[in-house]
Amino acid sequence: MHEMGIVMQIIKIAVASIPDDVKNAQIKRVNLKVGKLAAAVPESLHFCFQIAAQDTPLSDAELNIEEIPLKIRCTDCNVEWIASEPVFLCRKCNGTSVEMLSGRELDITSIEIVDKDN
Amino acid sequence: MLEIKYKNQRYYHHKDPRKPHHSHNGGGGSVGGKNSDTREIKIVRKVLDVNDTIAHQNRELFREKGVFVINVMSSPGSGKTAILVKTLSQITPKIRCAVIVGDICTSNDADRLAGFGAPVVQVNTDAFGGDCHLAAHVIKTAANNFNLDEIDLLIVENIGNLVCPAEFDMGENLRIVVLSVTEGEDKPLKYPLMFRVCHAALLNKIDLLPHLDYDSKAAVQNILKVNPQMPVFEISAKTQEGFDSWIEWLKQKLHGK
Repeated sequence: MHEMGIVMQIIKIAVASIPDDVKNAQIKRVNLKVGKLAAAVPESLHFCFQIAAQDTPLSDAELNIEEIPLKIRCTDCNVEWIASEPVFLCRKCNGTSVEMLSGRELDITSIEIVDKDN
Repeated sequence: MLEIKYKNQRYYHHKDPRKPHHSHNGGGGSVGGKNSDTREIKIVRKVLDVNDTIAHQNRELFREKGVFVINVMSSPGSGKTAILVKTLSQITPKIRCAVIVGDICTSNDADRLAGFGAPVVQVNTDAFGGDCHLAAHVIKTAANNFNLDEIDLLIVENIGNLVCPAEFDMGENLRIVVLSVTEGEDKPLKYPLMFRVCHAALLNKIDLLPHLDYDSKAAVQNILKVNPQMPVFEISAKTQEGFDSWIEWLKQKLHGK
């Protein structure tokens, strides 16, 4: 529901990350990690990105989303697993003391650019 | 991690790309290579880091002023305002409270919460583009309306929504999720992030149970699947059944600040 705000932030970060030595930068791709438990839907991010990227250095850019699985670890018996359901009980010992190793990411990892003046 | 990737080449600065890099330049990126058409600039930033930074500033300010902050979230119509009305009536004026209430439109909730001696600020997010959640900068602005030196407990009633508010830290000490027995028992599994990030759950409207085919045990079990150590209080804002335990828990958390 708030994907447009997230996309605006992505564009802001991407534009601010263009190095000073690139005079006429065009961003070709933005690489993003989105955890399975993050409150952001990849399809909605793509849709919003198409609209928000217009008239910016990202107008021809692809939003490349790597979806990160929900990975959980039991702190009692150290078992790790990738969860297909949001159940935070240990698969092995049924313990309740677990931690989330991945799945909440909403990170921009890199941009790929070309200098149109080169 | 610094990874420089060209169209036809890929190599890592570190042998193990998962290890953090030894220096970061705050998002400016690092650039390598001059002869390639496309170059990759590593950033590694949280998309919401601007919000997180303001939330951190809020948290510092609230800690300095001795204000304990709770963020109350739920779907629309679960009874957040009714719960807060009854909670305020029990804890004020002994505990000096203030309330920030978020809605897209109207000041109806603020009107209901006024009259308990606690200052109330209504935030309407239609001015922010109809936002579906309260973000840290909104709380920062709203908190300017209070004399924080005279407040023990700041209650934030978030916008009714089980999705977006879970993603936005505001600088609160505790997050409370409200679920009502007129909603599905499986809501915790449908909106797991919300139930995962919260510190306590209130299962509201239990006075209606005799009239419903609602399995409240299943609802509690589903909450505990997502967050096994979370306290769950079964309450009715109408009859105040179950309120003693909830208020007692809140007071303990407040005094342990």
